[in-house]
Amino acid sequence: MENLISLFVRSIFVDNAIFAFFLGMCSYLAVSKKIKTASGLGLAVIFVMVLTTPLNYLILKYLLAPGALAWISPSLADVDLTFLAFILFISTIAGAVQLVEMVVEKFAPALYSALGIFLPLITVNCSILGASLFMQEREYNFSETLVFSIGTGIGFFLAIVLLASIRERLRYSKIPPALQGLGIAMIVTGLMAIAFLSFSGIKL
Amino acid sequence: MAEVAEKEQVKVKEPLFSKKNIQVIKDPLDDNNPITVQVLGICSALAVTVQMKPAIIMALGVTFVTAFSNLIISMMRKGIPTRVRIIVQLIVVATLVTIVDQVLKAYMFDVSKKLSVFVGLIITNCIVMGRLEAFALGQKPWPAFLDGIGNGLGYGLILITVAFFRELLGSGKVLGFKVIPQWFYDHGYVNNGLMVLPPAALFLIGIYIWVQRSRNSKLVNVS
Repeated sequence: MENLISLFVRSIFVDNAIFAFFLGMCSYLAVSKKIKTASGLGLAVIFVMVLTTPLNYLILKYLLAPGALAWISPSLADVDLTFLAFILFISTIAGAVQLVEMVVEKFAPALYSALGIFLPLITVNCSILGASLFMQEREYNFSETLVFSIGTGIGFFLAIVLLASIRERLRYSKIPPALQGLGIAMIVTGLMAIAFLSFSGIKL
Repeated sequence: MAEVAEKEQVKVKEPLFSKKNIQVIKDPLDDNNPITVQVLGICSALAVTVQMKPAIIMALGVTFVTAFSNLIISMMRKGIPTRVRIIVQLIVVATLVTIVDQVLKAYMFDVSKKLSVFVGLIITNCIVMGRLEAFALGQKPWPAFLDGIGNGLGYGLILITVAFFRELLGSGKVLGFKVIPQWFYDHGYVNNGLMVLPPAALFLIGIYIWVQRSRNSKLVNVS
């Protein structure tokens, strides 16, 4: 249990998807002009991440890992399909996003119109695929995967809302014209990343 | 590469490196750079730039994937129904990335370990998807192929520039060779520890954008 809590805090603050690994930077920079849209995207990312990462864990464990196919027939025990991981992971994510989009549209139209355009964007959000790949690389078990995906999602949400609130303020400051927009957003993110580095001293 | 040579023979009508095609390659290097102007593919650009060697390998990998996915999607563009095109594109890209990953694992295991998940993340690298959507779906295979190479190189240019400064200032080396003489260290020069940490990459790209936009005023206010 302690291990899980520690993993949760680590994945939000220390190993933050944006500030430590730069995952999901594209949508992070593109959709952080207003707090409202930013938090919409953040929520959608948490949702899809918590849905797909455990799903990919199951796929990895029961279909792809070396010897995983043994439950079908013992003769398949030495088959190793891990090289198919990329294709299956991305298909799961694309499929899940499509499914979520349809379900949300049908049962929660209000939420759909709030998230609307961001949902399809999430398929190509690096942080989602990144979470699955980290799960594979670090060999988490199921409960760790679940906690890790929630933490990473919240970390992304936190980062994008923080940047959006800073950018709303930046509109009133005098920035050299060549640095406006993307340039200053990069430097602000760098400063925020330094701030988040201070969390790395936390021992849990 | 046999495929490329074959393509060159087939298309004799229009000169292969006509002015338009050269432009397609040259644009992404500066005026329409995928990272600093189109704001695509920033994720991996930042993460693999601590040293030059992984950065170069990554740049080559991305160039390969953008070029060939552009080529393949452009050849298939009339057969893909619009509604499922994202999935088709993802599958093509994922297959190419799997090839890159397997080759890296087989021949350059240490680099592949260093790049860790970022090879896999080429799949969701927005450059690849962005160019497929914006260019390959509406163009003939050969220009699409060149566009892929151009964008891969534009991406590589930023990657290698950033990696050069981070490696030089962060550990005093270029491509693993010491370039800052011992004499400097004896007189109190210290490597900049910040340069090997993630934030440095953000600052360097920010500064790169600043320099590029001050030099080229038509890029100001594009985003």
